[in-house]
Amino acid sequence: MSAVVSAAGCLAANDWICGEYVRSRAQELTDATVEHVWITAVSVLIGLVVAFPLALLVRARPRFAAPVLGLTTVLYAIPSLAMFSLLLPLFGLSAALVVTGLVLYSLTILVRNILAGLASVPEEAREAARGMGYGPGRLLWEVELPLALPAVMAGVRMATVSTVALTTVGALVDHGGLGTLITTGLKSFFKAQVLTASVLCVLLAVTADLLLLALQRFLTPWTRPARTPGTLIRKAG
Amino acid sequence: MGAVTEAWTWLTTGANWQGESGVWHRLAEHLWFSGVCLVVSCLIALPLALWLGHIGRGGALAVNISNAGRAVPTLAVLVLLTLTPLGRQGALPTIIALVLFAVPPLLTNAYVGMREVDRSVVEAARGMGMSGGQVFARVELPLAYPMVMTGLRSATVQVIATATLAAMAGEGGLGRIITAGFNRNDTAQVVAGALVVGALALLAEGLLVAVGRAFDPMRATRRAH
Repeated sequence: MSAVVSAAGCLAANDWICGEYVRSRAQELTDATVEHVWITAVSVLIGLVVAFPLALLVRARPRFAAPVLGLTTVLYAIPSLAMFSLLLPLFGLSAALVVTGLVLYSLTILVRNILAGLASVPEEAREAARGMGYGPGRLLWEVELPLALPAVMAGVRMATVSTVALTTVGALVDHGGLGTLITTGLKSFFKAQVLTASVLCVLLAVTADLLLLALQRFLTPWTRPARTPGTLIRKAG
Repeated sequence: MGAVTEAWTWLTTGANWQGESGVWHRLAEHLWFSGVCLVVSCLIALPLALWLGHIGRGGALAVNISNAGRAVPTLAVLVLLTLTPLGRQGALPTIIALVLFAVPPLLTNAYVGMREVDRSVVEAARGMGMSGGQVFARVELPLAYPMVMTGLRSATVQVIATATLAAMAGEGGLGRIITAGFNRNDTAQVVAGALVVGALALLAEGLLVAVGRAFDPMRATRRAH
C-alpha cells in the first residue's frame, strides 16, 4: 500500500486496518459492543446466582458432589455450537438462547471456585464466629463469604473472560455481539470489519478482567495481591 | 419434544450419513483436523513444558500463556486466518487456529505437573547419584504424568469441541451439519448435528479417562494407597 492512499481509500482497498471503517460504522460497532457486554454480564450474573446455591448444596450434602460436579463437567464438554443448537427448539433465535448456553458453561468454573473458596476458610475463623454466637446464615454472610472472596473472584474473572470469547459463537443465532460482525464480515470478505471486531473482543475481555481485579482488591483490602487459585480449563469461543 | 423425535428420524435416515455432506464424511474431516492439530500441539507444547519444568524456569510464561489464550475467541482467529492468503490452503486455517488454542493448556498443565513433583524426592534421587536425565525420566516424568494427561485430556476434548467452529468459517467437519441445518431452517438437522457433535466430545472424554488410567506408569502404586 502506498502512503498516498487517502483515508477513504482503505475501504475500497479492503485493508485490514481502516480508520474510515471505524468512523463510518461507529454506530454499528457500538451496538455490537453493547450487545456483547450485556450478554456477557447477564450470563455471568445469572451463573453466579445459580452457582451459589449449588455450591452450598454440595457443601452441606456431600453426596450431591459427584452428580453436580459431574453434570457441570459434562455440560462443559459440549461444543458451544452444539449447545446453542440444542437450545434452539426451546428458545428460537433469541438472545435468551445465547445467555442460557453461556450460563450453563459458566457453572463449571463458578461452582468449583466457590467450593474451593469456602473450603479455604480456616476452621478457627468458623469456630471463633460460632463462639461469638453467629448463626449459620450470619456465619456464611459475614465470615465465610468474605474469606472465600479471592477464590470466588478468581472464578468470576475466568468465567467472564471465557464468556466474552464464547459470546461470539452466538453469531449463529444473530445474537453474538461482536461475533455477528465477525461472521458477516467473513461472508462479505470485509477484512477491516473482522479485524476491528476481533480486536474489540479481546480488549473487552482484558478490560473486564482488569475491572474485576480492581473490584476484588477493593472488596478484599486485607489480602495482598497474591496468586489466586483456579482451574486449568478453558472453553473455546 | 417434537424436535428431538424429528432429530432422531434425521439420524436414523441412512441417506443423511452418505455422501459429501453426510455424517460419515464430516466425521472423517472432523477427526482429521482434530488429530493433526493434537499431534502438532503436543510436539510443540510437551517438550517445551517438560524441559522448562525440569530446569525450573519460565514458570510465569507457562502459566500466563493459558490465561491470555482464554481471552482470544477461537472463532475470531479462524475467521481472520480464513481471510488471509492461508484461507486458500484448505484445512490449514482450521489446523493453525486449533493448534493456537490447544498449546496453552497443554503447556500449562505439563509445566505445573513437573513443578508440583515433591522437591525432596528429586533431591533424594540426585543424592542417590542419578543424572539429570535419569531424574527426569525415572522420577519427575512418572510423578508428573497424571497432570500431563489431565492437560492432554482437556485439550483433546476442547479441540474436538472447538473443531465444530470451523464450519462457521466455511470449513468442513461435523459443525457443517449444524450450519447447513441453520441455512435450510431445518431444526431437526441442527439438533441431530448437535447430538452427534456432543456425543463425540463425551466419547472422547470417556475414552481418554480410560486410556490415561491404563497407561499410568504409577498405576500399581496409586492403587495400593
